[in-house]
Amino acid sequence: MSQSQPSTNRPMSPHLQVYRWQITMTLSILHRATGVALTFGAFALVAWLVAVAAGPEAYAAAQACLHSPVGAVLAFGWSFSLYYHLCNGIRHLVWDAGSGYSMKGLYTGGYIVVAVSVALTAATWAVLLGGAA
Amino acid sequence: MSMQSPLSRAKGMGSAKEGLHHWVVQRFTGIALVPLSLWFMWSMVCLAGAEHAEVVAWMQAPVNAVSLSLFVGVAAYHSALGVQVVLEDYISHEGFRMVKMIVQKFLHYFLAALGIFCVLQVALGA
Repeated sequence: MSQSQPSTNRPMSPHLQVYRWQITMTLSILHRATGVALTFGAFALVAWLVAVAAGPEAYAAAQACLHSPVGAVLAFGWSFSLYYHLCNGIRHLVWDAGSGYSMKGLYTGGYIVVAVSVALTAATWAVLLGGAA
Repeated sequence: MSMQSPLSRAKGMGSAKEGLHHWVVQRFTGIALVPLSLWFMWSMVCLAGAEHAEVVAWMQAPVNAVSLSLFVGVAAYHSALGVQVVLEDYISHEGFRMVKMIVQKFLHYFLAALGIFCVLQVALGA
């Protein structure tokens, strides 16, 4: 918990726009963004559970929402968010164990996370769309 | 022997001794969510396009009811911890931050309670 900052006229430290783009910072921001997206996804999941508990009519309405264009885009986004946050979360756990801090390790781990989460998302939707066809 | 300066001892500030619990629980819930979320995604793919009766039958299997309840509860807890950090980082006004913090905690508790209640209602066939 940070305390409120005293008002001073000290110069600000350089902010985001002065840094060269790096994949590591993008992945860090994406971890937080996907986490927030998954919070909204959790609300959608509970809404779906309420519909299942409410009966066939409510369930049919929930399924119609899920299969609408907006619902499908959200479901796709949530599936990628879950896989990415999962993979990058494991990367964070490796860091917590004290490993993977070399520059090479940071980049290799980052590319593995992107590759695995994209592959899992693609596999999931290949099965989903293959089953629907 | 205290390593604090006399001034810092008099002020009584320093670590709030609360951060470690947040950090540890965030990791514990994260580890629990690795198998739970993979199981959840697998289940959702299997249930895609299912009729209501199929979903009910699936949810009535004890292993699915327990796993889904755990997933909803642990995910809500993990989400509350994560959103807490986001609010702490981006809201500098302490009063407003406190209000948002209480609202987000209550919403997450509500989310977990409602989700688990619905799973149990279907699982127990009420």
